[in-house]
Amino acid sequence: MRKVYLDHIASTSVHPQVVEAMLPYLRNNFGNPQSLHSIGQEAQLAIQEAREKVAGLINAHPEEIYFTSCGSESNNFALKGLASAQRTRGNHIVISAIEHQSVLHSAKSLEKMGYTLTLVPVDKWGMVDPEEVKKAVKKETILISIMLANGEVGTIEPIAEIAQICQGQDVLFHTDAVDAVGNIPVDVKELGVHALSLAANQFYGPKGVAALYIKKGVRILPFIDGGIQENGRRAGTENVPGIVGIGKAAEIASAELERRIERVKPLRNKLIGHLPKEVDHVTLTGHPEKRLPFHASFCIQFVEGEAMLLNLDMQGISVSSGSACTSRALKASHVLLAMGIDHATAQGSIVFSLVEDSTSEDIDYVLEIFPPIIERLRKMSPLYTQYLEERQK
Amino acid sequence: MIYSEKVMEHFQNPRNVGVIKDADGIGQVGNPVCGDMMTFYIKVKDDRLEDVKFQTFGCGAAIAVSSMISEMAIGKTIAEAMKISNKSVAQELGGLPKNKLHCSNLGADALHKAIENYKERQKAKERDKPKKSVDKEKCYCPYCEGPIEGAEEFCEICQIELEECPECGKLKNKTIDECPHCGATRMRV
Repeated sequence: MRKVYLDHIASTSVHPQVVEAMLPYLRNNFGNPQSLHSIGQEAQLAIQEAREKVAGLINAHPEEIYFTSCGSESNNFALKGLASAQRTRGNHIVISAIEHQSVLHSAKSLEKMGYTLTLVPVDKWGMVDPEEVKKAVKKETILISIMLANGEVGTIEPIAEIAQICQGQDVLFHTDAVDAVGNIPVDVKELGVHALSLAANQFYGPKGVAALYIKKGVRILPFIDGGIQENGRRAGTENVPGIVGIGKAAEIASAELERRIERVKPLRNKLIGHLPKEVDHVTLTGHPEKRLPFHASFCIQFVEGEAMLLNLDMQGISVSSGSACTSRALKASHVLLAMGIDHATAQGSIVFSLVEDSTSEDIDYVLEIFPPIIERLRKMSPLYTQYLEERQK
Repeated sequence: MIYSEKVMEHFQNPRNVGVIKDADGIGQVGNPVCGDMMTFYIKVKDDRLEDVKFQTFGCGAAIAVSSMISEMAIGKTIAEAMKISNKSVAQELGGLPKNKLHCSNLGADALHKAIENYKERQKAKERDKPKKSVDKEKCYCPYCEGPIEGAEEFCEICQIELEECPECGKLKNKTIDECPHCGATRMRV
């Protein structure tokens, strides 16, 4: 059976060169980077090189990169670490309504500790209005966290504009760029942010390793207390093979970024252009232009996401959905609801996210397989029957 | 795969999908806010379910549950069909993931509603004006599997407020720090 992997937002594959780069550190180079002997120093050197490569990918200084274990940790580190360090200055935090759960839940947990929280709304494209952020900022505000790109609907937020509007307000600005870094050009200086989260498994690196950029001079409390690793801000023996992996993935992404976008974007556009022709009652979710180049997300009326996902999987196609049934808590996606999409429509959420080796034939296969699945599911959908009955009247 | 082979088999080849135009009873439960929606149609002859058809908007479990129930119900007497429970359906399907158990409640409810609707019609002899027995505002607590009204995150049976666990995302008791699913305790001051 043909295998078509279109779930970039869950995880990319690991680039073969990344695997090769990591292998020596799983085999012979097992040293602890904090050891003073040569075996340890070899590992220390490897980490330093990786730090330079990750810094290079986002135009930061190597000493501004802190390695963590995942995007969620980076987001927790940023929100809790920055908020705690600013506690004496104020207690108000601003985030958007469509943040990843690791930002949303970190903010909620800070709220329980006595901080106050404002959620900035988004428009129907999932776009944050910089003016809304400006309105939300008050004299107690110490931290803003707005994502650079949303993985569920693909929308790219106007981070640089928001940063500019907040300049001179003495507020720290963090952006969760996990879905963006390695896939679109990201430059921390152009964005004007104080902190930025990124994760390796979104750009062909391994799982279990990520990073937080913290601008030089910005105070943050340690996330893991212990030794002097990561400049004392994130203690614990380093994940050397993982860090080498994210370094290699960053190096490849720096070189390949433009080519990756040029390759994947036309294929994505083909899917967005053709799918609504093959299936009726389909809406694109997220911004039509300002979106991640590999990302195509839709809501399909009268059918439920998990049923679509399982049917596609049986035909070899891997995708994601934001439907309530696919979430373990059985709640509809807060992102789609924040965009004003009703519950029934949100249930039909489906996300195709292309990877670098996606082909035109893969898209043709989806366009061939998907419409009959929808037809079959609609035949058994009481909502579709209702719709047909009402149309007849 | 998150589902048993039996669930996947019913999901791929659901039995008795469709609408009975001249049904003797129609039962509809669920709404898209909860996630799933099911409509059951029954045809009754000599106190037996001669035919059962369904339509389902929902996940793999919801579709498999509907299919299984339709298969279990056909040929049964009204009394026997009323005894089909969420537990027996889940059992027949070789088990369901814990957070999908509510789908089996929904299915059994939909069938029972169709039967109640049939009984009401018998009483009222209102055969020319088929009315659906609708119970739109019903969701289920993933804890006790009891019904939850509307989109409220409150279980009347457990008398607890529910919230998403910040660690694992499953619904947990809001007033208890420790999540029974993943064991995480929330950050304290």
